[in-house]
Amino acid sequence: MLPKSRGTLSADVFTALQSGSTAHLGTEPESEEDAQIALWTLYELHYRGFDEVDPELEWDPDLLRVRRSLERTFEADLRRQWEESPLHADPDLDLTGLVERHDGPSLARFVRRKADREQVLEILKHRSIYHLKEADPTSWVVPRLETRVKAALMEIQFDEYGNGDPNRLHHHLFRRGMEAAGLRTDHACYIDEVPVEILAMNNAVTMFGLHRRLRGAALGHFAAFESTSSIPSRMLAQGLRRLDFPEQMAAYYDEHVEADAVHEQVAVRDVCGAYLEEEPNDRDLVLFGAFTGMELEAHYARLMLAQWGES
Amino acid sequence: MSDFDRPTVVMCPAGPMLLRGDHEVQDADGTVHRTKRPVSAVCMCGSSATKPWCDGTHKLLAARSRESDKKPG
Ligand code: FES
Repeated sequence: MLPKSRGTLSADVFTALQSGSTAHLGTEPESEEDAQIALWTLYELHYRGFDEVDPELEWDPDLLRVRRSLERTFEADLRRQWEESPLHADPDLDLTGLVERHDGPSLARFVRRKADREQVLEILKHRSIYHLKEADPTSWVVPRLETRVKAALMEIQFDEYGNGDPNRLHHHLFRRGMEAAGLRTDHACYIDEVPVEILAMNNAVTMFGLHRRLRGAALGHFAAFESTSSIPSRMLAQGLRRLDFPEQMAAYYDEHVEADAVHEQVAVRDVCGAYLEEEPNDRDLVLFGAFTGMELEAHYARLMLAQWGES
Repeated sequence: MSDFDRPTVVMCPAGPMLLRGDHEVQDADGTVHRTKRPVSAVCMCGSSATKPWCDGTHKLLAARSRESDKKPG
């Protein structure tokens, strides 16, 4: 099902997606929410599509025109945030240093110690937008890489996809966890409940994945994501057990403690390190991607903690 | 002859030891653990809660004692 619109542009886009008449579409969103939900939906045509939308529309030039306009604004905004960060000014900064020094509140710590059941359910619904297609946005990048980097990235992706065993595919593990916790798992079913921060996180990783020009940012984002996963995943698993969530849900996070301790090393050294040896001019782009991932995560954590009176 | 280095054992600075491929790792208590992914990370800092595997705790140790970043073998 298509999401609910969040403004005039997304309303027009969703009507056009159902009717197939797209030539008249404008490109000016009414708000950030309007822009992000429209962009998320246009991107979704490249993932799983929607029952009520003709699959032909995936490559409709007018929809691509709208998408491109939204992406330009979004990318410019993300770049501005990176360029305004004090970290950007450090010429010696590397990926590990960026991950160590980037500052943001920890939602995982809150879940471990204090969150109640309703709050955790809310987070799981929000996270499901990404976790139910975990690793997929990074797979867009694979054909755009040279031999060494491609092999290293695939070494991790293969693990994300269960090493050939569908039972161990990460987004399947999340689905099983959600079901056990009494949540729905149909395609993006919680999209209307997620804040704009979640839409932006999802859209950034897809945008980096879909543009060959931005492959360095995709790899940086990926490495930062893997590098900031093990310890928070352990906290989340502890919080879920504290609240007596079903074992499958906690097990999903257990898997990430161990898997991402490996992925982090491979992503930083063998993926981004090797990529930068080949493309030294992309240093800033890799850092931009990494920063963006962590920064959008921090926006989301701040929003949720403030909403719960925790900031 | 190969075109690219692809070591099967990799020591990560101040971090775990990566093992590529299938191995049986005996932990300090004598229990044998089979690797179950293409690359596994064996804890070298001694502080992991999921030994013999690394769980990222070494980074917390590093953050706590940033000045003495070097880990003894
Ligand atoms: S080396 Fe990573 S937890 Fe010990």
